[in-house]
Amino acid sequence: MPEPILELRDLTVEFATEDGVVHAVTEVSYDLHPGEILGIVGESGSGKSVSMLAVLGLIPMPPGRIASGEALYKGKNLLEMPKGELRKLRGGEIAMIFQDPMTCLNPVLTIGYQISEAVLIHNPGTGDDDAMKRAVELLDLVGVPYPERRVEQYPHEFSGGMRQRAMIAMAIANNPSVLVADEPTTALDVTIQAQIVEVLKAAQRETHAATVLITHDLGLIAELADRVVVMYAGRVVELGDVYTIFNSPGHPYTIGLMNSLARLDTDQERLEPIPGQPPSLVNRPPGCAFHPRCVHSQGREVCRTDIPELRIFGEAGEHRSACHFSDELAARDVVGIGAEPS
Amino acid sequence: MLTYVIRRLLFSIAVLIAASILVFWGMSMVTSPIGFLREQPNISEQTIQNIEHRKHLDRPIYIRYGYWVNDMVTNKFGTETVSDIAIYPDLKRALVHTLQLVLVAELLAILVAVVIGVYSALRQYSVFDYTATTFSFVGLAIPVFWLALMLQVLFVNIYLWFDVRIFYVASLSSVDPGHGLNYALDRAQHLALPVMVLMVASIASYSRYMRASMLEVVNSDYVRTARAKGLDEKRVTMKHAFRNALIPMVTIVALNFGGLLGGVVVTESVFALDGMGLYFITKLNAGDPYPVMAFLMVTAVFVIIFNLIADLAYGWLDPRVRYD
Amino acid sequence: MTEQLPTAAGVPSGAAPDLTLSYESGVELKARSQWAYARMRFFRHKLAVASLIFLIVAGVVAAFPAVFAPYSFEEFDFDHIVQGPTLDGWHLFGTDQLGRDYLSRVIFGLQTSLWVALLVGVIATFLGTVVGAIAGYYGGAVDNLLMRFVDLLLVVPFLVILLVLSAYLGQGKPLRVGMILAFLLWLGLARIVRGVFLSLREKEFVEAAKAAGAGDLRIMFRHMLPSTLGPIVVTLTLLIAAAILIEAALSFLGFGVQPPTPALGKLIADGQAEGFASWWLVTFPGIVIVLVVLSINFVGDGLRDALDPTQRQRS
Repeated sequence: MPEPILELRDLTVEFATEDGVVHAVTEVSYDLHPGEILGIVGESGSGKSVSMLAVLGLIPMPPGRIASGEALYKGKNLLEMPKGELRKLRGGEIAMIFQDPMTCLNPVLTIGYQISEAVLIHNPGTGDDDAMKRAVELLDLVGVPYPERRVEQYPHEFSGGMRQRAMIAMAIANNPSVLVADEPTTALDVTIQAQIVEVLKAAQRETHAATVLITHDLGLIAELADRVVVMYAGRVVELGDVYTIFNSPGHPYTIGLMNSLARLDTDQERLEPIPGQPPSLVNRPPGCAFHPRCVHSQGREVCRTDIPELRIFGEAGEHRSACHFSDELAARDVVGIGAEPS
Repeated sequence: MLTYVIRRLLFSIAVLIAASILVFWGMSMVTSPIGFLREQPNISEQTIQNIEHRKHLDRPIYIRYGYWVNDMVTNKFGTETVSDIAIYPDLKRALVHTLQLVLVAELLAILVAVVIGVYSALRQYSVFDYTATTFSFVGLAIPVFWLALMLQVLFVNIYLWFDVRIFYVASLSSVDPGHGLNYALDRAQHLALPVMVLMVASIASYSRYMRASMLEVVNSDYVRTARAKGLDEKRVTMKHAFRNALIPMVTIVALNFGGLLGGVVVTESVFALDGMGLYFITKLNAGDPYPVMAFLMVTAVFVIIFNLIADLAYGWLDPRVRYD
Repeated sequence: MTEQLPTAAGVPSGAAPDLTLSYESGVELKARSQWAYARMRFFRHKLAVASLIFLIVAGVVAAFPAVFAPYSFEEFDFDHIVQGPTLDGWHLFGTDQLGRDYLSRVIFGLQTSLWVALLVGVIATFLGTVVGAIAGYYGGAVDNLLMRFVDLLLVVPFLVILLVLSAYLGQGKPLRVGMILAFLLWLGLARIVRGVFLSLREKEFVEAAKAAGAGDLRIMFRHMLPSTLGPIVVTLTLLIAAAILIEAALSFLGFGVQPPTPALGKLIADGQAEGFASWWLVTFPGIVIVLVVLSINFVGDGLRDALDPTQRQRS
C-alpha cells in the first residue's frame, strides 16, 4: 500500500448547542490512500459527514469545535493550517460533492458560471472564455448532453441527475487528488442513482483521485468501494477492505447491517432490523455506544463500562473492529454476504 | 423575459380597471354627491340642479361611472362638484411634492437597511447586531405622527435655544427660496425631517428582513458549496450570498408601499407639506367625493407602477421566475 | 451448512430492549406536555416576560381607570393650567390647557386604545380563522377568491382606505372604529391560517382521520386547529400592535374615535395645537403608545420562539 494521502488521527469534533454538547465525531482515525475509493458507512448522525467537513474547514466554528486530533494531507495538518492555505486546497486538490444538488447549486447563477468559477479561483490568470470552455468540456465528461447550450442555463432548468453531474463536474474541474462524495446518490431516484454511479466511476478514472464515498447505502459501497470504514455514534467501529467487511463482518453493528439487508440469494421470511434507536449524541450510553442494541453483548458488564478500542481482527492485518468480544465473532463461523473478489 | 414583462403589464392594466370600478362603486356606497350638496349651506336649489345636470348625478351608477372614466381619461379628472375648479392642477402639484419626499426617503431607507441587515447577519450577536435589532423594535413601535412631532419639538427648541436653524419643521420651502442650487438646498432643508421620519419605519422593517434573509442564505447549502470550491469569504458573501438574500427584499419593499403611503399622509399633515397626503385629508374633510376619487385613482396608478417595477426587479434578480 | 447469525429473536429476553429504553434519552428526562415546553421556552426570554408584566399592569390600570387615575378625565383645575410635570398635586404628567391632570387623561386614552385593540383582535381572529380555515381546507373557489382579495388589499395604502371608511362610516364610538380596523386586518390572519391548513391538509394524520370516518368539521377543529394556535397567537400580537398604532393615527387626524371619548391620538393633536413649549402634552401619550406597542412586540417575539422554535429567527 502506498503512503496514505490523507490521514485522520483521533479526530474529535463537538458542537455546543442549547441542549448540551453534541459529540459528533470522537477519536476517529482512518487513512485514505491515493487512487483508492474509501467508503464510509453509517446511519444518519454517525458522524460520517462531519468528519470530512471538519477536515475541510467547512464546519461553522462557533457552534462547532475541533476538540482534538489531526488531519494530515500529504503530511501537513489541515486542521492547523492558516485559513488561506486551506482555502487554496479546497476545490483544487481536495474537492467535495454534496448530497442534494437541488439546494447545493446557486439558483441565480448559471451552471457554466459556477463551474468556471471553480476553474478561475484555482487558476488565476485563466481567461473567462477559457474557463467557460473547460466548463463545457467537464459537462461533456460527466455526460450532460448539449453541453454548450447547457452551460448557459440555470440550475432549475436541469433535472436532478443532471444537477448532480454538474456538481461532479465542478468538483473535478481542477483534477483533485482527493474527492469527497457526501451521499452523492441519496437525493436521487433509483434509476438516476445508477447513472451517477457510472459518472463517479468515470470521474475517478479520469482524475485518479483518492475518493471518499460517504453513504448509508451498502449497495453503493459494495459496488464502488475498495476499503470500508464503518461508523457508529461518532466513532469508527470497523475498518477493512470491502470483501472482508461484507464476507466476514467483525463488529455486531456491521453484522446487524448486513443482516438487515433484503437479499435475493437466501430464503428470508422477515427482515431483521437492528433493534432500538441510534443514541443521542449529547448523552451517549457509557462504554460501547452500541451496547444497548447489541445482540452479542448479552448484557456483559465490560460493554457497559469500557469503550472498546479499534483492534486488529481476524488474520488479515488491515481488518479492525472495536468490540470487546470480537474474538468470539471471529471464532464463530460468521457468514456475511458471501461476495467474492471479482 | 419579454413575455414576463408583457404579461405583468397586461395584468396591471386589468388591475387598474378593476381598481377604478372598485373605487367608484365603493365611494358611491359610502357617500353620495347629492347628499353632500344638500349639506352645503348657501347653495340654492337651482344651483344644485345645475350641478346635478352637469355632473350627471341623476343617472344610474354605471352611466355615472362611464362619465367619470371619461372625465378621468380625457379631461384630467374633471372638476370639483361645487366650485367647478379643475382637479388636476392641484393634484399634480401635490403629486410632484410627494414624489420628491417618497422617492428620496424610500431609496435612502433601502440603502441603509440593506447595509445594516447584511452587516448584522455577518456579525450575528455582536454589539452592532443587538443595537440594530433594538433600534428596529423601537422603530416599529413609534407612531409616525408622534415621531414627526417629536422631531419638530426638538428642532424648534434647538432653534429657540441656540438660534440655529438646522432643519425646517414645516412646509416645503421658505418664502423666498431663490433659484437653482439655493432652491434645492432650501427644499432639502425643509424635506430633511419628513424624510427622516419616513425612513425610520422603513429601515426598522427592512433591516430585520434583510438580516433574516441574509442569515438564511449564508447558512444555505449552495453557499457551503461555494466555500467548498475554495472561494474567499468576501466573494462568497458578495457574489453568492448577497444577490440571493436580496430577492425577498423586493417583495418586502413592494408590500410595504401601502404602509408607506399611510406614513406619507400623516407626515405631510404634521409638517404641513403641500403634498398628496395633505390634499387627501383636506378633500376628505371637505366631503366632495370627486377629488377623493381622483386621489385614489392616482394612488392606485402609482401602486401599480411600483409593483410593476418590483416585479421586473424580481425577474431580473431571480432567473427562476422569468419562465413562469 | 452455514450457520445463521443469531438474531434478536433468539436473544434472552430482557437484555437488549431494556437497555435500549433507558439509554434512549440518556439522562432521566421527565415527560412534559407540549404546552409546558412552550411555557418553558417563553420564560427564558426575560425581555418578553418583563414586557408581559408591563402589559398586564397597563391593562389592569386601563381597565379600571377610576381606581388608578389620580383624577377624572374631566376634572378641571384652573389654578394649574398648562403646567409641566410636577409632584405637587400628583400631576406626574403635568396638566393641559384646562388644568386637567394629564396622567389621568392618558390613562383614559389608553383604555380606549386597548379596548379598540381588543375588539379588533377578537373580530379579526374570529373572522380570519374561520375564513382562513375554510379556504385552506376546501381550497378551490373560496381559496382563490380569498387570496386575490388579500393580495389586492395588501398593496393598498391601509391608512388611506381606513381614512375613507372612517370619514364616511365609522367615526364615533370605539366599536365602530374597531370594526373598521378589523375589516382590513383580518385578512392577514386569514392568510396565515389558510397557509397552515393548506399544509396540514396533505399530512397523513388527516387522511387517517378521514379514513376513520371523521367529518370535515371534526377534522378541522380537533385535528388541524390546534396546530394553528401558535401562528394565530403570534399574528394576533402583530395585529393588536398595528391596531393601536392605527387607532392613534386616526384619532390624531381627527377621524376615528370622537370626543368625548378619550383618545391618545387626540390628546397628542391637542397638545400639538398648544405649542411646543408645553412639550409634555405631546410627549407623554406618545411614550405610552411606544411602550405598549414595544411590549406587545416583545411578547409576540417571545411567543413566536416559544410556540414554534423551528422558526429559529432570532431577530
